[in-house]
Amino acid sequence: MSTGTTKLDVAVADVVPVNELVTRFHFRPTNGGLLPTFSGGAHVVVEMRDGDTTRLNPYSLMSSPLDTSEYTISVRRDDAGRGGSLFMHRAVKPGDRMVISYPVNLFSLDLRAKKHLMIAGGIGITPFMAQTAQLAATSGNFELHYACRTASLFTYGDVLAERYGRRIHLYHDDRGEKIELTRLLSSQPLGTHLYVCGPAPMIDWVRRTAAEAGWPPETVHFEHFSAPQPGVPFDVELAVSGKTIHVGEQQSLLEAIEAAGVDPPYLCRGGVCGQCETNVVSCDGKFLHNDHWLTEEEHRSGKKIMPCVSRFEGRSLVLER
Amino acid sequence: MAVKSIISRPVYGTLSPQPGSDHLLIADAEGAAAILDLAKSAPADFFAEAEIVFIPRDTGETYIAALKALKPARFYEGPSIAAALPRLKQRLSTAHMGLRLYLAGTEGLIGQAMQAALEAGIDHKSIQTEQRGSLARRVQCVHCKGITEDVTTQPARCSHCGLMLLVRDHYSRRIAAFQGVCINAEDPSEVPPMEEMFK
Amino acid sequence: MGIVFRDETFRDDFTFKNSPEHIRRFPFPFHEDSYMYAVNIEPHVPGPKGSVLENLIDVDEHYVSEMRDRALVLAEDPLRCQSLPHMTLAGWDLLELLMTEQAKGYPEHFSLTRDGDKWHWINRPLGIDHHFVFGDLTTLPYGPMEYITRQSQGDFCILDQRDGNLWMDAGIVTTQADWSLDFDIGMNFFEWHAPVPLAHEKGIFTRALKFLTNIQQGKPARRLNWTMTINPRLDTSPENYHKWGADRATVTPENVGQKVHLRVELQSFWRLPRSNAMVFPIRCYLIKMDELVTSRKWARRLHRVIRDLPEELATYKGLTLYRPTLLEWLAKHDDGAETSPGFGPD
Repeated sequence: MSTGTTKLDVAVADVVPVNELVTRFHFRPTNGGLLPTFSGGAHVVVEMRDGDTTRLNPYSLMSSPLDTSEYTISVRRDDAGRGGSLFMHRAVKPGDRMVISYPVNLFSLDLRAKKHLMIAGGIGITPFMAQTAQLAATSGNFELHYACRTASLFTYGDVLAERYGRRIHLYHDDRGEKIELTRLLSSQPLGTHLYVCGPAPMIDWVRRTAAEAGWPPETVHFEHFSAPQPGVPFDVELAVSGKTIHVGEQQSLLEAIEAAGVDPPYLCRGGVCGQCETNVVSCDGKFLHNDHWLTEEEHRSGKKIMPCVSRFEGRSLVLER
Repeated sequence: MAVKSIISRPVYGTLSPQPGSDHLLIADAEGAAAILDLAKSAPADFFAEAEIVFIPRDTGETYIAALKALKPARFYEGPSIAAALPRLKQRLSTAHMGLRLYLAGTEGLIGQAMQAALEAGIDHKSIQTEQRGSLARRVQCVHCKGITEDVTTQPARCSHCGLMLLVRDHYSRRIAAFQGVCINAEDPSEVPPMEEMFK
Repeated sequence: MGIVFRDETFRDDFTFKNSPEHIRRFPFPFHEDSYMYAVNIEPHVPGPKGSVLENLIDVDEHYVSEMRDRALVLAEDPLRCQSLPHMTLAGWDLLELLMTEQAKGYPEHFSLTRDGDKWHWINRPLGIDHHFVFGDLTTLPYGPMEYITRQSQGDFCILDQRDGNLWMDAGIVTTQADWSLDFDIGMNFFEWHAPVPLAHEKGIFTRALKFLTNIQQGKPARRLNWTMTINPRLDTSPENYHKWGADRATVTPENVGQKVHLRVELQSFWRLPRSNAMVFPIRCYLIKMDELVTSRKWARRLHRVIRDLPEELATYKGLTLYRPTLLEWLAKHDDGAETSPGFGPD
């Protein structure tokens, strides 16, 4: 029995530009009624049909879990990416029909926490939008520290400050404002849990600083979905299905496998959930691992790959698919 | 009567210094020796931010001087685990993240201090533990829920309801006790002999 | 026409029995003539009409009497229903799941009307008509988990998911096969299964956990488990073992058919939406040997399964004392003929 999620048919109810880089999309069920309930931190995988290309990108749900009349996501335009965010920004219009996955939560609140300390960078704010709404409704104890480049790019900074007042702390990079992490971490009551979502260097910094300050790993939660990176095209032999496939420059290995009619299970498509883990039968070349699932040892072994985000450069690659 | 061990049976390690800003070390009886061993590998300033809570039980003065010589920021000597627990709970309720807990000695001490720590929001995996000295067990009677302290025999008699209990390896961190189940329920006239098992 | 609810007992005079239609729908757990502990999980999707799988939450003729027995157990021992403080949200999730499924499957007996967070719940078999505010504890007489599970057949374990493990942090357990919620609450998946023999070594629980932690909303799964019980006693708890353990010594060749019961658990596994926790409903079905052997196939097969069961499993399931007497009785119902594959009674 394989796992995975059920699909939801939705219509785009609204497209709202938030600032020069970020646009918000509102989805409602095409058959009316309510969408499934979700928990703060959950994401959906959005299917984008762009001509012959199908892209499946995960986005955190940012609307309140208390209101499932619609789901909202915020998409940051990535001009150097593979085109998913550009498609969302340019092609998706109100009234369009789309298919999204059921919500999946790989960045769940630890509800045992006596306090939730949240640290966000840039578009990493989105899961916290839903989590703060959930906690506020249940009198949860939280505090959010949010850093952004400039005031004009401070996505939802004003909204959060208005909703939650002194529980929200904003830091503008261009004004030289910086999260005083060491002081912050040393002043939290016992039983606090730490959550971080943002660019990879920020996540690394927070995790490292917390470990040095004596925060046990069980209390530090982070979400870092990688986006698949474009790269040099390569060919792959699928040993189980007996197919040979070509992975294009702008395509992920998982997308190429799916295009050949083989469907590995997935939940996140961002190198986190572990569902699409694939055994390597043989290879002659080098792996470009981009996931957060396999251990460093597994990366070095050359025996496993996460096809959602990782690539290959070399002469031959045979996978157990 | 050999009982094969099972996964819920706690596994204890060896105390080692952890990163942190506030070190709370709690030991009873021979557990003091585990703290003294930890001191050998601890950074120079480790005990300047440390508190030692010690319950000597039948070790008397054996370890007191050596523990004090580590110059912890605070040193407390208690007459029993029960007497030390309210103090521990108060300490934890006002502590900050960065506090690290080290527990050494009997399973009863480790279990009860851990129980207080769990309630204060510390995840059990982040607690350092080392078993030293007596293997006597705290046993919860699954029938009457009473806890019998310092059980050394198999089977054991529940000190509350008097049932003869098979002491299992099944252990609850939340209750800080092993499970005791009536050993002769199918035939109450059968009274198996008691053997010293947990010394 | 709805279900005709039986008035019967699971203690003292033990008047429990199955109607002929309920014997036919019994979830017989052996698809072949032997048994080995396995996880055998499959998608929990609706099954054939008239089977226990017709609805994902099954309500049957024993509903009213089982709920009465649960109330008696809880009155004697409130520790059978516990929820650690962080599990209240999951309790609301469970309330929504059970009300929704029962109202959908049995509209003649249950109805749920929702207007935002103002909910109206009608449970006709138990005579309950209640308006409450979803999420507001002050509008229910119990916590949400206890409220709805006093109105739902089966035990319920709610598991918090963290650090790649499942933690049994809430539950109501009054019809258990010899395990203690009070003792096991707060344990992780491996710890609470620790007493199960043979399975850890085979990596069964490691694989099961990996599967369960990936179960997503809207895609529940299920498996069957079984044991045997003397007398149709639902409350075979370790708490009361000193009271029912002696029953095992009362089995004689004359009373096997009425006293010995096959006890099957239909366990299902669901992701809960608000809390991201999981719930495992564990639904218990009992059948007397006299009832079971009305299916020739089941009689033959049960004989062979019990005969060939490994000693460790027989001990774990508590069969040791009466296995010879039971086998002798079952042997008379096994003519050695072949049995057809699958679970059905033929």
